Amino acid sequence: MRNTRRILICAVATVGALTSVAACGGGSDSSASGTGGAGGTYTFWDPYPQFDGSSAWGRLVSKCGTDAGVKVKRTAMDTTDLGNKALLAAQQGNAPDVMLVDNPVVSTLVEAGILNKTSDLGLDTKAIQKNILGAGEIDGASYGVPIGANTLALYYNKKVLTAAGVDPASVKDWNSLTAALKKVKAAGKKGITFSAINTEEGSFQFLPWFWGAGGDLTELDSAKGVAALSLWKGWVDEGLAPKDVLQNTQTTSWQEFATGAYAFGENGTWQLGNADKAGFEYGVLSIPGQSGGAAPVPTGGEFVTVPVQKDSGRYDVTKKIVTCLTSSANLLATDTTLAYVAPTSAVQTEQVKANPELKPWVDAVAAARGRTSGGLGTKYPTISQPMWTAVQSALSGGRSPQAALDTAQKAADKGGS
Amino acid sequence: MTIARIDRRAPRSPARPREAATAAPADGLALRRHRRRRSRLTALAFLAPLALYLAAFYVYPLYRNLDLSLRDYTVRSFVAGDAPFSGLDNFRTVLDDPTFGPAMRHTMIFTFVSIAFQYAAGLALAVFFNRHFRLAATLRALFLIPWLLPLIVSASTWSWMLNSESGVLNYALHTVGVAPVDWLNSPHWALTSVIIANVWIGIPFNLVILYSGLQNIPGELYEAASLDGAGAWQQFRRITFPLLRPVSAITLLLGLVYTLKVFDLIWIMTKGGPSDSSSTLATWSYQLGFGSLLPKFGPGAAVGNILILIALVFGLLYIRVQRRQEA
Repeated sequence: MRNTRRILICAVATVGALTSVAACGGGSDSSASGTGGAGGTYTFWDPYPQFDGSSAWGRLVSKCGTDAGVKVKRTAMDTTDLGNKALLAAQQGNAPDVMLVDNPVVSTLVEAGILNKTSDLGLDTKAIQKNILGAGEIDGASYGVPIGANTLALYYNKKVLTAAGVDPASVKDWNSLTAALKKVKAAGKKGITFSAINTEEGSFQFLPWFWGAGGDLTELDSAKGVAALSLWKGWVDEGLAPKDVLQNTQTTSWQEFATGAYAFGENGTWQLGNADKAGFEYGVLSIPGQSGGAAPVPTGGEFVTVPVQKDSGRYDVTKKIVTCLTSSANLLATDTTLAYVAPTSAVQTEQVKANPELKPWVDAVAAARGRTSGGLGTKYPTISQPMWTAVQSALSGGRSPQAALDTAQKAADKGGS
Repeated sequence: MTIARIDRRAPRSPARPREAATAAPADGLALRRHRRRRSRLTALAFLAPLALYLAAFYVYPLYRNLDLSLRDYTVRSFVAGDAPFSGLDNFRTVLDDPTFGPAMRHTMIFTFVSIAFQYAAGLALAVFFNRHFRLAATLRALFLIPWLLPLIVSASTWSWMLNSESGVLNYALHTVGVAPVDWLNSPHWALTSVIIANVWIGIPFNLVILYSGLQNIPGELYEAASLDGAGAWQQFRRITFPLLRPVSAITLLLGLVYTLKVFDLIWIMTKGGPSDSSSTLATWSYQLGFGSLLPKFGPGAAVGNILILIALVFGLLYIRVQRRQEA
């Protein structure tokens, strides 16, 4: 009895000691990294683990640090990890000095109160296209500088379309697209592949169709939303799209398209580099709206953000680093490596001059919408998850599009309150 | 150890009564107390690393998880650390959620069906390999492969094999004239598919433990039984199975606790989909806490705690069974 009590006391004491150690650890970390502009180490997080320190991007980041008179310690992690790690780091009081995050994450981090406004830091965002900047705006204030933008379009395989007797120019709306898919199937090839996975990627890919029908994210179960989901379901049911779109990430969907068996693939700007390696001739179409015209597409791409620091003396150097990363010359280099569209029209012109194939993408980006724009902010995640669940339950044959979206709307109402 | 202590004490003991007689009795008492305190401190010093380890890696995380599930965390209060105490609200939210019922049901089906097949297959293989034929050792080693592979490798391989468009399994079905099955994309098959993969992964564990249990059954029993004219089936039913019961109980209960919390396999293969048709408490907890852009830490932790509670019940059951066996 006496022994167990002593062990308990011992355990409590150690827990106490540990938590205070952890607290000290957090505190000393931020003070050890130096104050003001007099050298020191600045931490930098980005979601580009594919680039190591010797890559063009890695060298650019460290050069921007050297130019500002400091050493930049760069950490790259998976994009889904980044948001969670950022929240944890902010809770421990050791958020990085500069952080590149996927644009829909910005609103979550702002809601958590861990990002600085660009106006407070004195960062210049005048040259940046309004709709791209919009994805990082909450309540009229901007919280980050876009490093580049990407969006979705339809890649098509010229050989498959020619063999099936389809003229890509004839694809103008949903009906003509479905007709083209049927012709392709009749010719013994596969129709279209996309990603309808149960993650944010699935919602990202569904949005052009949802918005192309005139859908409104605050009303998932409207007739317009149902029309978009019915289109996808029809394709899967008739075998115009494969069943495994339910598991496809955008990468695996690209791999399917790259086999050369598919006529169309819905994918992003970032696949342009791979498209040249695919070994067949391809073209790019903007995603059609239900009754013609280009559908609004969601903006993708990362924002350079500056998390709140206890020591506000660090912001001067941070500002220099951010300005360096988003300067026109560096944006051109960065967006070329990432295969992104630059956020300023000046750099876009240069990009198109260097590579005319980018023209349709620049147009698509100009017509794109932020997912969290339109006052949605952190409501977007609570809508997006029920939406991808609805897509999954309709495509897998579990529910009708209307029933699936009714459930989704109910879940979104509950989550948003 | 004990011998050394006796040796050291031996020369002193004759001096002791004299000491006690001349000096004040309080002195002797102080000396003894001092000595006892020193040994107590030594004991504590030996205990400290373990206590520290337990506290840092078990007590504190559990405490944090409980704390998370009892507070109303938003992203803002998570960072600021001032989330208001909300009692059992998170648990209520979770229990009222339409996902809870199916997730609970899937967890139970997943666990019990997996265990049943793993155990049956493991036992059959163990009995088979106990016959010591040529190549038995090599074959047995081959059966351990699922255990040696990193889970991400085996789960990804399974999801390729079960792919509805290009999977090898559907191709095999096609060659024998069976219509393709949407293993991972149909709400009717997704749970079955992850169970199949999990059974495959769990067989080696059952095989190894049951095989080692078989080694402990004396061969004379079988000799005697065959002299009495017992057939193979009777030998298994009357000797192998009853004598293997203690090992079986432990295998089943450990398997239960392991299988309840299986997360990575399901997440890699289906992410709980399509539309939650293969989501278990473990994947749902992750989905809530990390699966969307706006994390719901409170409800996520609550689901995690429910899972821990279920595992605890089985754990206690295991301890009881073990005690009864020892008694």
